[in-house]
Parts: sequence; structure tokens; C-alpha cells
Amino acid sequence: MNDDTPAPPPQEQNTRRGITRRRLLSLSLLAGSAALGLPRPASARPEFSGWPKSYGMLVDLTLCVGCRSCEQACNEANHLPKPAKPFDDDGVFNEKRWPSAKAYTVVNRYPNPTNKEHPLFRKIQCNHCLEPACATACPIKAYTKTEQGAVIYNEDLCFGCRYCVIACPFNIPGYDYESPLEAKIVKCTFCNTRIAKNELPACAAACPSGALTFGKRTDLIKMAHKRIMENPKKYIDHVYGEREVGGTSWMYLSGVPFEQYGLPGNLPKKPLIELTEGYLSSVPVIFTTFPAIFGMLYAALHKKEKKNEHSSREVNHEQER
Amino acid sequence: MNRNADIAGRTPSGEPGFRERFLAKLFMGMSPADYSRSLVTPFNLLAAAILATSLPVFYARYTQGLATVIHANHEYPWGLLLSWGIFAGEPLFAAGFVVAAAYYLFGMKQYRVLVRLAVLGGMLGYAFAASYLLIDLGRPWRIYYPMLINFGPSSVLFVVAWHVGLYVTVQLLEFSPSILEWIGSRRLHRWATSITVALIIGGVILSTVHQSALGAMYLITPGKLHPLWYTSHLPLLFFSSAIYAAMSFALLLAFAAVRYFREQCDDEFLSQVGPLTLSLGKGAALAMYVYFVLKVLALAQDNNWALLTTPFGYWYLVELLGFVGIPMLLFTVGVRAESIGLIRVSAFAALIGIVLNRVNVNLIAYNWNQPDHWSQIIPPWSENIMILAMVTLHILVFRWIMNRFPVTRELPEYRGLH
Ligand code: SF4
Ligand code: SF4
Ligand code: SF4
Repeated sequence: MNDDTPAPPPQEQNTRRGITRRRLLSLSLLAGSAALGLPRPASARPEFSGWPKSYGMLVDLTLCVGCRSCEQACNEANHLPKPAKPFDDDGVFNEKRWPSAKAYTVVNRYPNPTNKEHPLFRKIQCNHCLEPACATACPIKAYTKTEQGAVIYNEDLCFGCRYCVIACPFNIPGYDYESPLEAKIVKCTFCNTRIAKNELPACAAACPSGALTFGKRTDLIKMAHKRIMENPKKYIDHVYGEREVGGTSWMYLSGVPFEQYGLPGNLPKKPLIELTEGYLSSVPVIFTTFPAIFGMLYAALHKKEKKNEHSSREVNHEQER
Repeated sequence: MNRNADIAGRTPSGEPGFRERFLAKLFMGMSPADYSRSLVTPFNLLAAAILATSLPVFYARYTQGLATVIHANHEYPWGLLLSWGIFAGEPLFAAGFVVAAAYYLFGMKQYRVLVRLAVLGGMLGYAFAASYLLIDLGRPWRIYYPMLINFGPSSVLFVVAWHVGLYVTVQLLEFSPSILEWIGSRRLHRWATSITVALIIGGVILSTVHQSALGAMYLITPGKLHPLWYTSHLPLLFFSSAIYAAMSFALLLAFAAVRYFREQCDDEFLSQVGPLTLSLGKGAALAMYVYFVLKVLALAQDNNWALLTTPFGYWYLVELLGFVGIPMLLFTVGVRAESIGLIRVSAFAALIGIVLNRVNVNLIAYNWNQPDHWSQIIPPWSENIMILAMVTLHILVFRWIMNRFPVTRELPEYRGLH
């Protein structure tokens, strides 16, 4: 098929038209792709670095002794079902556990690379991100970030798609996979009802070793850096959660790399919502440009044909009558 | 299977009532007894066996919860069921929009005979995708919540929900001329064909958005999706691969029609299948080249070359070279040699590649850095049988429609009306 063959024989006319059509086709597909691949406009959303007076929790992992008092306190305060193994059973440490439909928080044990005698422990619960991925992801907006800092989930709105679980960078939301038709998300509430009554979160109140410090997030950040400064040998110079995914209300101090505790070390510093905003803003572009592009295309391609078809249709009509 | 192909077009002697005519159409012109006897075939027996085995599994899903039947768990909330049913299925079902756009918008006249088949393939596919979702959702009866109860416009899944919902409606309208011809309503038929172009443009928009949105859903998982698969170009990659998936699926649908429903195809359809397969093959080859280049560009942009020598890198290369590269070359050879058979083989290989890519993103490369990753993502037999049962149902419904509705043939009284 050669485009510059002079005066193609009549049978080939069709193929030639085919070529131009295909070109148009690829052109418009390119237009579509361009809309999807557009350089993203810099986020139009104003910077948001958390509600000014929101609360947070500083978890000093070097102080955690793995006593599971927090687990027990959380279980009791939130009226959760009694676990199969009692809270003083160290056997649970032999497996890796996640928060689940039955527990808002669990403590896990990790090997200590520097001192085999003293394993590491971490309490896992929702980190109450400042710009939560779970809330970004939920198509029904079943999550809200409150001014006090808690990320709250509303069961009445949820249809159980679990996209929030996919999105959460820390694998936090638990889901009731065993419930046939009433499955819901279960996660730490940051004891928001207790906080409202000026009480400490149950886990923080129960912690005997001082590993959990509750307070204003801004104060906690200062405190964390102060501890690092005063004891640079003990801590690595990083407050985990100060910046990760745009900042979290729960933050961590540690003496070994945070990955050792199973905390992801590959998270971007910006809020995850910024990764999808660009795409979402291209959707209206598609909606406004496509009808114009394709409408014009249609008109251009069918103008000629109308003329051609006109005569044949008239014949048809005549026959019908 | 003895079928009476032209029953719908036959004018019976005497004037049967609506009920008789309807039953005749339903049983394809056979008596109910003959019809039930015609159903006993090896394929049907196999289908019945699969469906029967799956029944207790479906029952368990709705009485004992998801955990008893699929492997979904805390770290892998979505199992193979969703991966296959939605992420791998939807690119194939873009067939409807690609073929309809080729015919109606780009004026590629030769595609006319294929439009209905492709739209049927697409429409049915989406209906099944929705069914997979109904199995998986925790509270399936709330499926309309994102549309009516509360809105999460920051969510890509919100975009998917809306676009799929609207697109299914559009496809139903696009296919409605077939249904209306079957029922025999001329006035509605004329109305339905007159809004076709607007519907097609709407369909193109909705498809573009939601195919890309399926990829965009994973933009929020930079820490969890393996860097070889995570790229800011996920939407574009999902969209461009849907194009060749759609073309491959369309040409395989045409193959299925001439192979298994030959009596239902009119001469025009039969004579066009060859040239159409060639044309779709060309398109698919082209789209695959584009996709391949985009994949490599994404790799280069994130400078992930070093990762290629890790185990995940090898797996990535299997997907990219084995299931994009090879089908792409096969397509090229097939198109050059005008070998319809080879083009069909390439299309099949390309579709396997699509499924592999989506399963990789959803499951294999997702949460890849969890210590017990591999042992956790293996689906149990019950999940596989559910998938098998859904595929069987899909085929049965497709067959039911193909045997009755004028999909690959034109009824004489409607000729020239669309
Ligand atoms: S840790 Fe996960 S569940 Fe908790 S607020 Fe952040 S994204 Fe949401
Ligand atoms: S599972 Fe519920 S809360 Fe989570 S994203 Fe889906 S609808 Fe929202
Ligand atoms: S803040 Fe409250 S809900 Fe969250 S882990 Fe602590 S006790 Fe449990």
C-alpha cells in the first residue's frame, strides 16, 4: 500500500480511504492518550499539614517491652471479643499478627539485629494519617479525619469493597471476612470518645513502660526531636510519621531502622492523595474535549458519505413505497 | 444441536398469538420437549457438573462469609476472583466500544456486521463483571451507595463505579436494536438507532475514563505495588492495553461465532470475518507496539533497569517479552502473511498477557515485600471453582443470546435501518 501511487485504480480507492481513516483513528487515540498522560498541573489544593491543634501519639519503640497491656486495655475499653489466647500468653509472638476484625491493635515481636537477647516489639494500630489514604480511596466517603486527629470509619455507609485496605500504606483496616452479609471494616478509633471526655486513649493509659505518649501532635514532634538530640546514640535520627505519606498522628522513635519493625521504608513524603489527583483532574478534560474531537471527526467523515448514500436511500424509499 | 436458524424470520401460516410467537422464539422453533432433548450435549453436561459443584461454594459465601471460600485476607483484600472478574475482564469487554467507534465514528464500513456481536460481548462482559462484584462486596445490596447515598469524589473507585454504571446503561441502549428486533417493535427500534452516534461518543468517553481508572486505582499504592509495576503511567498503560485487548477479543468473538454459531451467521457476516480479522489484527499489532514502547518508557523514566535482574524482574520480563513481545511479533507475521489462523493465535496469546498483567498488579506484585507473600496469594479450590462457574455461566448466557437474537445476521425486514 503506497500513498503516493498516482491515481489508484478504482478498487484500491477503498483501501486508500481505509488508510486515512486509520490515521484519523490513531490520531484520536493519541488525543485520548495525551489527555491521560498530560503533564499534571501542580496540585491546586492548598497545602494541608493537619488540623492545628490535633492530637497525636509518640511511640518510643526503644521503651516497648512487649507486655501487651495496651492490647488488653484496648480490648476492654472497646468491648471487643475475648481473644483465644489470653493476653499474658507469649505464644502469640511466634506468629506475625495484624489488627483484625477482633482487635484494633496487636503487638508483634521482631528480631533485634544488634542484640539477640532483646527482641524488638511494636504495637500496630491505625496511624491516623493527616491525609488518610483510606479516606481518599473510599468511594462512599465512609472515613472522616476529625479535627482532634482521629480517622473515623462509618459502618452505615460502607459496602465492603475493601479498596481502603488496598490503599492504606500500613495495611491497617481489618475486615470481617467471616461475616457473610454484615462484613465491615474494623480499626483503631484513637479512642475518640475518651479523648472527647478528656481521658487518655486506653492503650496509652495502660502502658507501664512509658512507650506511649499522648499529646498535641506539634508538641510531640518537638519532644521526639529533643529525645533524639539528648540521646543520639540511642535513637536513629528520624521521627517516623512526621513526614511519611504527608504525616501521621501516631509517630515512632527507634534505635534501629524502622523496616526492622515492619514499618514500610519506601513511602513517599507527600500525601498519597496527591498521586491520584492528577489523574482525577484529567477526567473533566476528557469529558470536555472528546465530544468535540469525535463530533468533528464524525461530521468530517460522514459529510461525503451522506451525499453518496443519499441517492441509494432514495431508491430504497421508492421500493418501500 | 439441531437448531432452526431462520425461525425468527419465518412467517408462520395462520396467525399465532403473541404467546405462541414468544414461545417459538424462546425455544428456537422447537417444541418444549424437543428443545429440552436438544440440550443434552457433552458440553452442557460438563457445564452442569461445574455449576452443580459450585453451588455449595456460592452458598457458603452467603452463609459463612468470604473467608471460607476465597483466599482474601488482611494483606490481600482482593483475591483472584476480582482480579479475573473485573481487572482482567474489563479490558476485553472494551470490544464493544472499539468496534462501535470504528464503524460509527470512523466510518469504517466493513465493521458494520461485527458491531452487534462486539457490543453484545462488551455488554455481557460488564454484566458479569458486576456479578463478580456482587459476590465480593461485603454488603452487595449497597452497590448503588456511591451513586446515591454518599460521594467520595477523591476516590478513583468512585470514578470507576460511576463510569461502569453509566457505560453498562449505554451498552444496553447500544444493543437495544437487537432486542427490539427480536421483540419486533419497529418504532422503538427507529428511536434507538437514531441516538446511536451520541451513545457511541458517550461510550468512548466512559470507556476511556474507566479503563484508565482501573489502572489509576493503583496510583495510591506506591509502597505496596512492586516498583516495576508501579508507575505514574498506570492509567495510560491500562488504557492502551485495553485497546489491543478489545481488538483481540473482538476478533476471537467473530471466530467463536463462525465456529460455533455458523447457522446464526448470515452470508455477509461469514464473508466479512476474514477481512475483519485481518483489519483487527493490524490494529491490535499497532496498539501493542504503542503499549510496548510505553512500558519501556515507564521503565526508563523510573530508572528501574537494575530491578530487572531480581526474581521479580525475571517475572516482569516474562510478562513483557513473553506475553506482549511475542504476541506482538506473531500478530505482525500473521498480518503480513494474511494468516487468519496465526492472527487468532496471537490474539489469544495477547489476551493471556492481559490477564497476566492484571493479576500481577492485583496480586502477584501487590504487597510483594510482605514476608510470607507467596504462600498467601494462592487461591483455594473453592475460589477457582467459583471463577470456573462464572465463566461457564457467561458462555451459557452468550450462547442463549446468540441462538435467538439477530446478532450476526440481519433480519430482512430491518435491512438498511442501521
Ligand atoms: S493508617 Fe491506614 S487506616 Fe489509618 S488513617 Fe492511615 S491510611 Fe487510614
Ligand atoms: S470497604 Fe467500606 S470503607 Fe473501605 S473503601 Fe470500601 S466502602 Fe469505603
Ligand atoms: S487508641 Fe484506643 S482504639 Fe486505638 S489502639 Fe489505643 S486503645 Fe485501641
